[in-house]
Amino acid sequence: MSHDHPHRHPPQADHAEPVSHHEWLGVALNELLMEKGLYTAQELREMMAEVEAVEPSTHGARVVAHAWVDEDFRVRLLKDANTAVEALGFDSAATDLTVLENTDEIHNVVVCTLCSCYPRTLLGRPPTWYKSASYRSRLVREPRSVLREFGTQLPDSVTVRVHDSTAELRYLVLPLRPQGTDDWTEERLAELVTRDSMIGVTTARTP
Amino acid sequence: MSDEIESRGVERIGPHDLGGLPGGPVDRTEHDPAYWECQVDAMVMLMRRKGVMIDPAQLRRGIESLDPDVYEKLSYYERWAGSAALNAIEQGLVTQAELDARIESLRAGRQ
Repeated sequence: MSHDHPHRHPPQADHAEPVSHHEWLGVALNELLMEKGLYTAQELREMMAEVEAVEPSTHGARVVAHAWVDEDFRVRLLKDANTAVEALGFDSAATDLTVLENTDEIHNVVVCTLCSCYPRTLLGRPPTWYKSASYRSRLVREPRSVLREFGTQLPDSVTVRVHDSTAELRYLVLPLRPQGTDDWTEERLAELVTRDSMIGVTTARTP
Repeated sequence: MSDEIESRGVERIGPHDLGGLPGGPVDRTEHDPAYWECQVDAMVMLMRRKGVMIDPAQLRRGIESLDPDVYEKLSYYERWAGSAALNAIEQGLVTQAELDARIESLRAGRQ
């Protein structure tokens, strides 16, 4: 089964040294840009921390759980996701964000066939498989078999819709609220919302 | 190329154009990024914030203009590094010679 890797370790400066030309190129360019004053080492550290701080559980999952409990917010989120997300205090990052609502009849799943566009301000850095050639090539062609690899078996009656992101348009899936959660608080509901369910390769956790 | 056209009906626009091609099972192994990958990631975000690559399309263009053989061999953040370097050179922030010299001295220093 997929998991959401809840205990990510901070990046360690003392392992995984660059080896290839392009790895060194990245390190070299970073050093030169700092020496030339484009940004400082302090700004680099802060940016790395800012990126690390975005977790699906504290960002995207909060948006989903709020939409599950607040009908007005759900409507606004589906109509204008950028504004709705910003109203909750999250950054929508200058690109168009569209929220795709799963229903009993429709299951949405997101890919970026050309690169790896991803709603980073809500879900953090994309997982490796999202950037992989097999996910990018196959999802648009055989979505149900890819979903099965993630342990997601949908009834034939459910239509699967695949959405291809671009650099200017990112998607977040609003998973179906699990049954038996009617009296749950928003905080508790958020724990059911996994990263993978917001990409659409799985459904939300069931209680 | 003809196999590829047959499998999806349209010609690929470049090495990055993967939609609809055949492929193996998705490797779902999760791993934490290496430190240099986090640096490259943050560097690209800062270049954007500092006005060097304001438009996300600039990063993409640099990635898509990689030679197809190179594109396929590089990992995700290696492609980012290549594209960021291209953009930085084009905007006169660094020169290829400076980058080459720095790579050489970094490599020598880690021997």
